[in-house]
Amino acid sequence: MPRTDTETDTEAATAAGTTGRTPAAGADGATDTAMGRVTDAGTDGAPDAETGRAPDAATAASGGSGAAPPTRPSRPRRAGAALWALPPVAALGLVFLYPLALVVWQSFTPEDGGHSTAPYATVLDEASFRTALTNTVLIAVGATVGALLLGLVLSLVIAFVPFPGGRALSRFIDLFLAFPSFLITLALLFLYGTVGMANGLWTDLTGAAHGPLDFLHTPWGVLLAEVTYFTPFVMRPLLAAFSQLETGQLEAAASLGARPWRIVRTVILPEALPALAAGGALVLVLCLNEFGIVLFTGAKDVVTLPMLVYTKALLDGDYTGACVVAVVNIALSVALYALYRTVMARTGGGAGPRSGGVPHRAGA
Amino acid sequence: MTVSAATAPATAPAPSAAPAPAASGIRFDQVSVAYGRHGEHTVLDSFDLTVEPGEVMALLGPSGSGKTTALRAVAGFVQPASGRVLIGGRDMTGLPPHKRGIGMVVQQYALFPHMKVAENVAFGLKAQKTPRAEIPGRVAEALEMTGMAAYAGRHPRELSGGQQQRVALARALAIRPGVLLLDEPLSALDAQLRSGMLAELARLHRELPDVSILYVTHDQIEALTLADRIAVLDRARLQDCGTPQQLYRRPRTEFTASFVGTANLLPVTVRGDGVDFGGRPLTVPVGDEVAEGAAATLCVRPHLIGLGESPRPGGGNTLRGTLTEVQWRGATHRLYVAVDGHRVLADVRELRTTPALGDEVALHFAPEDAVLIPAGLTGGGAPDA
Repeated sequence: MPRTDTETDTEAATAAGTTGRTPAAGADGATDTAMGRVTDAGTDGAPDAETGRAPDAATAASGGSGAAPPTRPSRPRRAGAALWALPPVAALGLVFLYPLALVVWQSFTPEDGGHSTAPYATVLDEASFRTALTNTVLIAVGATVGALLLGLVLSLVIAFVPFPGGRALSRFIDLFLAFPSFLITLALLFLYGTVGMANGLWTDLTGAAHGPLDFLHTPWGVLLAEVTYFTPFVMRPLLAAFSQLETGQLEAAASLGARPWRIVRTVILPEALPALAAGGALVLVLCLNEFGIVLFTGAKDVVTLPMLVYTKALLDGDYTGACVVAVVNIALSVALYALYRTVMARTGGGAGPRSGGVPHRAGA
Repeated sequence: MTVSAATAPATAPAPSAAPAPAASGIRFDQVSVAYGRHGEHTVLDSFDLTVEPGEVMALLGPSGSGKTTALRAVAGFVQPASGRVLIGGRDMTGLPPHKRGIGMVVQQYALFPHMKVAENVAFGLKAQKTPRAEIPGRVAEALEMTGMAAYAGRHPRELSGGQQQRVALARALAIRPGVLLLDEPLSALDAQLRSGMLAELARLHRELPDVSILYVTHDQIEALTLADRIAVLDRARLQDCGTPQQLYRRPRTEFTASFVGTANLLPVTVRGDGVDFGGRPLTVPVGDEVAEGAAATLCVRPHLIGLGESPRPGGGNTLRGTLTEVQWRGATHRLYVAVDGHRVLADVRELRTTPALGDEVALHFAPEDAVLIPAGLTGGGAPDA
């Protein structure tokens, strides 16, 4: 069966995982968005669950081919199957959709009663909102680029440069995904904070009053923390893609006279592109919604959309405003995800099967 | 074939005069390869073999015999623990694969799935920095040679197995290597396709007389058909080496006798001008290397054994035994006869009436069709490489 982009999706990759861990372990703190479903053992039929078409979508797990179920009496079967979908749909509805609907409803309710789009106008006008939006997007994009580059280099080394401890390292990277995100910030604080080890070393050596490193509470600190934390999210699908690469192709390329860099560029990278795109899209969306890391670095200097929701709701008591920002945040995430899916659907068909040999057909 | 015809008569053994002649000929100089932390698993043991420029040498053996290891040692994917590998007279032992000037085709084709056929074939040319202007011509030439010119714009996944194999061949030939390494290239194809491809490979060999071909296979038919010489390997050692006719008609060891073609191996003792098989005297050529009274093995090919008494008056050898099984194989009948507790196979032309199982039958063969293999020659001695 020809592979489609759904199999190269990061959902399938992080869910299936080379170590077979449960997908939920890798979840970030961003459960308040539609991306919470990203870590489900992925069928893209999931959005259809709400309309009760889940059984059909769920059976087309390997993908989107729209293959019709066998022609047996489908009516009673369908009705029966639909009943099975009710409990999860109900749970989903209660725990997720209802609060979401409430948030959207609340965003249209100004303080003085009634319903209008006035709250939107107010919030969107604020300078703090625009700063937050800019910050969020810039940091997310920057962190994604950083994670992609670092993840690619590390994955290439682990997969293709045999060194002792390579396997242990890739297992350790899996472990990384189990940590809460702000733990990374804590570690960085220990190292690079104003009273951290690096500065301490500096002051001990030079006798200065305080050390030169003072960047953790700036966007750069957030960027460093996010790149550190999210690189494994890129590496998992990449390592999975690389492990499926036929060594025969690499050897053939070498025997034809290609030096290592050419092999990486022409044989390995094209295989890596779907995994890179999937990993990049995942990290982008996760970064957009990242809360723990930003909170931990000291919210004063860096305000992102999730932080804004937090301050408005809990510190300012402005629930409506918070809901407005939340809706914008959700819209942004969903839009980006939809964009990613469209792009993958367009280009995913061209990726085709990984193997360049051992054909499905026999005979000349 | 356009290549050889288009070039000026060259004194160097190369298809084209413009680039330097591709180094041809392979020499294994006591190559040993071992795995394991202390090298405890020997996969190739003191392998010594010479492949002449322009020769097709088949490495024939069962799985695990070390033949693929030997090929990969030439390619550079396996480092010998000791010994040297020479290509075109130059010591290549330490060199990485991309510097060795080889072409390689493997069982799974290993085409690049994201590139079209033409790009696949051009890969080696680009990697070796061939001038841009030359590349399309060389690609077309290689595709012509393998009959895949019409498929230049397709992707590998759109091709069948045989077509993909031909593209893999074109890709290896495009860079005009002096040495072509084929690692069981036909094993993934069905029988019909295999015989067609064998003929194509034979044709390519004739069109490229300066390219040495090292052909790894476990299939004796491929080896017998294609090779100028066959090297038989078993359990990491070279057992025997010679032309297909030599190995088939005059096998040096029991392993060669049974691996290259089917063989009846009968334990005999040398007696005077012939041998003694369980009390029966048989007339066979006895060489000087076996002493009177020595134990030996008599090898007779099944298709050289006839049913019935020997037609030669006074000469010829007759064995009598009980028929235990008969197999019909279309054009032939294979008879299993128990002679003195030993099983003798005979392949005879299709019989109109077959004897019944349990019948006493007579088998005969001519003295010159039997080969005497001195005892204890299970292999490992230095063959005529």
